[in-house]
Amino acid sequence: MARDDVKTGYKYVGTRPNRPDGLDKVTGRARYGADFSLPGMLHAAVVRSPHAHARIVRIDASKALALEGVKAVVTRADLPTGLTGEDLNLQDNTLAGDRALYDGHAVAAVAATSPLLAQDAARLIEVEYEVLPHVTDVDAAIAPDAPVIRPGVADYSVPEGMHGNVARYMEFGHGDVEAGFAAADVVREHTYRTEATHQGYIEPHAAVGQLGEDGRGEMWVCTQGHWYIRRMCSAVLGIEAANLRVTPSEIGGGFGGKTTIFMEPLTLALSKKAGGRPVKLVMSRSEVLRATGPTASASMDVKIGMKRDGTITAGQVYFRMQGGAFPGMSPIGEALPCAFACYDIPALKHEGIEIITNRPKAAAYRAPGSPMAAFAVESMIDELCRELGLDPIEVRLKNGARNGSKSSYGPVYDVIGLQETLEAAKAHPNYSIPLGPNQGRGVASGFWFNHGGETSVSLAIGEDGTATVSIGTPDIGGSRASIGLMVAETLGIPYEDVRVNVVETGALGVNEPTHGSRATFASGKAAVIAAEAAIREMCKRAAAEWGIDADAVEWKDGAAHPAGPNAGKFPPMTIGEIGAKMGSTGGPISGHHEVTAGGYGASFGTHVVDVEVDPETGRTTVLRYLVVQDAGTAIHPAYVEGQYQGGAAQGIGWALNEEYIYGPDGRLQNPVFLDYRIPVASDLPMIDTVIVEVPNPGHPYGVRGVGETGITPPLPAIASAIAGATGARIRSLPCSPPKVLAAIKALKKG
Amino acid sequence: MRYHTPTSFSDAAAIAAASSGTLRFLAGGTDVLVQMRAGMVQPDDLIDLKHIPGVDRIERTAEGGWKIGIAVPGIVLGGHAELVRDWPGVVEGMNLVGSTQVQGRATLAGNLCNGSPAADSVPGLIAAGATVTVTGPNGSREIPVEAVPAGPGKTNLARGELISAITLPPRGKNGGDAYLRFIPRTEMDIAVVGCAVNLRLDGDKVVEARVALGAVAPTVLLSEACAKAIIGTTLDDAALAALAKAAEGEAKPISDKRGTKEFRIEVAGVLARRAAKIAYDRAKGMKA
Repeated sequence: MARDDVKTGYKYVGTRPNRPDGLDKVTGRARYGADFSLPGMLHAAVVRSPHAHARIVRIDASKALALEGVKAVVTRADLPTGLTGEDLNLQDNTLAGDRALYDGHAVAAVAATSPLLAQDAARLIEVEYEVLPHVTDVDAAIAPDAPVIRPGVADYSVPEGMHGNVARYMEFGHGDVEAGFAAADVVREHTYRTEATHQGYIEPHAAVGQLGEDGRGEMWVCTQGHWYIRRMCSAVLGIEAANLRVTPSEIGGGFGGKTTIFMEPLTLALSKKAGGRPVKLVMSRSEVLRATGPTASASMDVKIGMKRDGTITAGQVYFRMQGGAFPGMSPIGEALPCAFACYDIPALKHEGIEIITNRPKAAAYRAPGSPMAAFAVESMIDELCRELGLDPIEVRLKNGARNGSKSSYGPVYDVIGLQETLEAAKAHPNYSIPLGPNQGRGVASGFWFNHGGETSVSLAIGEDGTATVSIGTPDIGGSRASIGLMVAETLGIPYEDVRVNVVETGALGVNEPTHGSRATFASGKAAVIAAEAAIREMCKRAAAEWGIDADAVEWKDGAAHPAGPNAGKFPPMTIGEIGAKMGSTGGPISGHHEVTAGGYGASFGTHVVDVEVDPETGRTTVLRYLVVQDAGTAIHPAYVEGQYQGGAAQGIGWALNEEYIYGPDGRLQNPVFLDYRIPVASDLPMIDTVIVEVPNPGHPYGVRGVGETGITPPLPAIASAIAGATGARIRSLPCSPPKVLAAIKALKKG
Repeated sequence: MRYHTPTSFSDAAAIAAASSGTLRFLAGGTDVLVQMRAGMVQPDDLIDLKHIPGVDRIERTAEGGWKIGIAVPGIVLGGHAELVRDWPGVVEGMNLVGSTQVQGRATLAGNLCNGSPAADSVPGLIAAGATVTVTGPNGSREIPVEAVPAGPGKTNLARGELISAITLPPRGKNGGDAYLRFIPRTEMDIAVVGCAVNLRLDGDKVVEARVALGAVAPTVLLSEACAKAIIGTTLDDAALAALAKAAEGEAKPISDKRGTKEFRIEVAGVLARRAAKIAYDRAKGMKA
């Protein structure tokens, strides 16, 4: 869709240069969290609860402390008291207080002169537990006989009479749903379930922390947001934010799971107790799976009414989500608004509750809440389409949200690209390839709000006319390259002349993490505005030299030019010439921009997947997969495609095999990648992508966040493709072979 | 932990017999080292067998079979054209273990002694009628592979005993073997069910057969019922159905995180049928 007010025909934006961090990453030079070391550094290990729920009766570290080379042990008794709200939750999760709340909950930590010694010492720390009743399943946790895990956890929103494990209640909607259902030809109602999954980032959490007796500290850490690390560690340990300087490492994936703290404060607490020696802590994969934040598990009731022509008349959902042993961690507040966000439906009702269980404190995971909601709603819409013999893309075109639609959660959409993604999916060759026996096709759409957030960026012109950009959002998916392209475009200088650095907390104002698909949008927008400020200053310097008014100077192709014949006749003054003498023309030239960025546009996507199911084993093979998504403007198309493919890969894993499996003892049974089955490369076909560009009016280059939407459609699309291949509808993820085979057999029995 | 590097199997057996604490042998190390890193086992004595001459060799036996050293890694087995021609089922089982990197280290002997009922190389060895040489403080003895596993993580070897070689019988004429496993993914997984079939034909008729089932009981099973179901047949549909039924009957699995009992029973039958067809085609000299 062409828009008059959005510029096109860029020189750098839309090209595919190598990412600036690429060579370091492929040669092993890039420094990740665990690569950092300091002189005199100690190594830490953590003692974790083997019980899902237990009172901590006694901790005896005397044997550990007696080992030569063991320098410090910390328990909850070493942390300040009196915290409240989320600060207390963070502290409770850092080290258990009187109770361990999940299998893997940290109970004590030890620092020693080597990693092996620290592990030996951790085994010598004796913890006496009194095992308490536990519950890990989202539905079992609100059964009448379920133990109440954290009495008094309910907030103001929870109505009287609900189970003691309900922490939060939400409700909203519009229109008359009963009238809507009455007007439908078919009304269907089912319950859908998704299991908890982990982000599965390849780099485990790692940090080096140093905190002296003077209360001044420093940390080097793998994180999506170092200001969050600073704020949260300061709160948990009772130190001032300004006294903790945090430097982020390169990051080997986060997907939302590194927007908070888990073990990071332990490095500082241990360092302080060990006389200020720096302490390194690197989690093992099992620790990551047991004790960092997976996403919620969900149980979701959906009711939808449809007319024979495909018109959706009403929708109603009731979602139950658990986010572990701490309130406020389930994405119920995102899942409900996402449920019908792709549709314009006259009557909708949303209700949901957050439930407390003996599981780890959930964290954000790529479009938190949206994949579960999509699984429930998009699966049911597919069921209705199959029942009524309707094409799933036509039904979505008919009911799908458009520019100016009132969204399912309230606001009116400005300029959005859902319809364009549906049209592109329909026109793609994948949608018309004939299917063979035991093969099926699934279609689903997905949505994510995107986010702007607190952003601070600084840009400095070099003496040689190059530009250095300082940003505060760690680069996970190629944002340095994208921001470099936008700055190059704005300044009119080559991409290679722009270096974008992710800088530490002391170098900029507060930045939110790289979350909500905001880095390229928000840091990019701020960088462009900062570049424009620098351009204004450079025009001023040229004007002063030429002796004309600054308004009579314009900037193009990396140089100041007189703006038209009336301004005077001067040769262009390049950025290099201005930079070379800026010391004598008024001093360094820089630009900066600080903002809580608005104008982020939602990104919609539509996926089409073909699968083949082995009818004798229930095993699903993904034959081909298509992602169509609106990027606004694809600044660096290769990294946009990478986001699309990555989201699809994670969604396919969630749909097919990934799940947190808890035993009756409440212990996680699969805390290793061998049994926590993320897709391996050979499980997936090359994922086809189509970038739809409906520019976002809220960004100077039309950018929309692209990172998250891609994980939402795969869950329902895969389940719907399996239904097409087998006739069996799986309403409970994952669609693992035993489940699919059982469903096929049940169908045969009738 | 004491790390030993004996240069003979009798020395290794003597060190093992003298050890009073936790003992592990180190061949490829792809199980032992992982278990040590995970804190599952902390050996007092770790005996590295790779310093013993000959452990990395594959040799023809006088009878025309194969003697395989206990440190020969999977990738070497897979690259040995003659061995692959004789026993494709044995080699494909071993080659399914782990990743390419793991294949550079992992061994048949280690896979067997790790004692997993899901070990991918063990059904093929049992179906082939392979034997192992067990060396102990009092000398060596030869036992069939199926006599080694005792249950998950356990073997029937006595303290001080270790496997010093693996022997495959001569292939002979008109024979074929195959191994199939079920995993939800395409690689890097543990067998939910495994099945190896080794058979010999006379014309179109199966005259000898050995069938082994993995991951459906505490140890890999050698199933006489499965063999009987196809001996004397041309592996027609009725024979395949009988084989599947026999495999289902032999399977005594548990439900766990990797699969349900019902699923494993059903898939044991499916894999037996499919593996038998591949073995049959191989015996016929057809490519499979």
